[in-house]
Amino acid sequence: MSWTFGKRGEARGETRGDGRRQWLRAALAVPYGWLLLFFLAPFAIILKISVADPLVALPPFTPLLDWAAQGWERIHVTLDNYLFLFQDRYYAVIYLSSIKLAAVSTLLCLLLGYPMAYFIARRPPRWRNLLLLGIILPFWISFLLRVYAWIGLLNTHGVINNFLQWLGLTDQPLPLIYNDFAVYVGLVYSYLPFMILPLYASLEKQDLDLQDAAADLGARRWQVFLDVTLPLSLPGVIAGSLLVFIPATGEFIIPALLGGSDTLMIGRALWDEFFINRDWPVASAVSVILVLILVVPLMWFQKIQARREEGVL
Amino acid sequence: MKRRSTSLLTVAAFGYAFLYLPIVSVVIYSFNDSRLVTLWGGFSLRWYRSLLEDEQILSSALLSLQIALISATVATALGTLAGLALNRLGRFRGRTLLTGMITAPLVMPEIITGISLLFLFISLAEWLGWPAARGATTIAIAHITFSMAYVAVVVRSRLAGMDESLEEAAMDLGGRPLRVFFDITVPSIAPAMVSGWLLAFTLSLDDVVIASFVSGPGATTLPMLIFSKVRLGVTPDINALATVIILIVSVGVIAAALLTRNRAEQ
Repeated sequence: MSWTFGKRGEARGETRGDGRRQWLRAALAVPYGWLLLFFLAPFAIILKISVADPLVALPPFTPLLDWAAQGWERIHVTLDNYLFLFQDRYYAVIYLSSIKLAAVSTLLCLLLGYPMAYFIARRPPRWRNLLLLGIILPFWISFLLRVYAWIGLLNTHGVINNFLQWLGLTDQPLPLIYNDFAVYVGLVYSYLPFMILPLYASLEKQDLDLQDAAADLGARRWQVFLDVTLPLSLPGVIAGSLLVFIPATGEFIIPALLGGSDTLMIGRALWDEFFINRDWPVASAVSVILVLILVVPLMWFQKIQARREEGVL
Repeated sequence: MKRRSTSLLTVAAFGYAFLYLPIVSVVIYSFNDSRLVTLWGGFSLRWYRSLLEDEQILSSALLSLQIALISATVATALGTLAGLALNRLGRFRGRTLLTGMITAPLVMPEIITGISLLFLFISLAEWLGWPAARGATTIAIAHITFSMAYVAVVVRSRLAGMDESLEEAAMDLGGRPLRVFFDITVPSIAPAMVSGWLLAFTLSLDDVVIASFVSGPGATTLPMLIFSKVRLGVTPDINALATVIILIVSVGVIAAALLTRNRAEQ
């Protein structure tokens, strides 16, 4: 009885679903077309500009011909922009330095974020929501203004230096700003919530009985953590790390506001290449290489995101 | 176990202090009378007054609000459709590409999105004569593009926890797809659409990098203005502006949290 009912329901579901599917498919055309035009096509164009001969590529940039005149000799051949990047050690150093800054910041976010996420996940539900709100609230307040706030804190005569001098810990102001240290502070500060939220999600789902069982069987605290808690939270660790690492590698605002003249980050170099040197083909090549560097972490993130959504289903 | 929870508590307390220290310090210093931002010169509201008199800040704030309203609304419509399709259509051709295009903007460095969109607009202007000038419209298009991804994610996770039986029942009773969509689906995903809209609105109001690339002469958004001012260091009137924004956002977020909690309790 129930079997026939289920069978009939399914069959009916298909015909009924067809009208809806068609409707949905038609409706999908709008966001799909939008993304193709405004997200995918721009990548094709940037790729083209980065390899094209400026004689061909530059007509769209006619209003900038005055500056292009200086660029002519440098970009005769199609791959010259890339050759320029590879021959100039400056760029290799900047890419490596960006990756290093982003990777170390990711690690620091993990070291600070993991205990925080763990702490929140083990509170009673009432507290948990409040504590989570405390993590999410800064995220809603302007990123730019929060990074700006650090200038006042880290300045030579800023809050922290004044405080340290008042305590008598130092009589000279410490060099806290306009260097890599300040960039690390800014990166960890800005991206910490992105690390904590996925970590929390995976820690909160964990069955506490597993840890208790391991402890009952005589495992030490660190063993329980290393053998049970940590492996089970690995998806959260990976998701959080990618959410921090990928955007941090291309970060511009933080090195621009807190970094020194010797802070090398590709986002800032790209900005300068574009707005100050006005060398658009080289700027395009710089972006293409940045995307190539990020392609593997991006695809990894994609896979995790897809698996997460399947998991919810 | 006790020792462990105290050390955890210490780390967590440090973490929260780290998150809120800059916010609190900006709020305090916005009431500082001294022009030297690091010296306390007594309580004053002068920076708020100068903020109200600054026409450049007011007009750019207005422009930013307009862009944010439009882009959040369009992004919510498009993102909802994309999220709905990904959740309900199952397999279809081009699904992988769509998933990619909807996930990548979440983590893509803004500088790349900005530069590539600018080149697109320049090429389009060359080929089609549109957009003739860059400004509010091109900024709005850029904001719609990246914020619809956030909306789609929020809507998808809401749909994942919802069952389709209501929609199916409405269909069985002869409801037309569009009618069912607006009478059943939209009300049940409305909370996700609202939070998606708010997210898109906030992201648009906050963006400096992408707007700097795709904007043209004459269209300076509030974040672009703030960025050009603070690049030179701390300015007291920006402290006042930050405090106003912090106040509005905190009230909004806390109110929203209370509202959802009350609803959950009911």
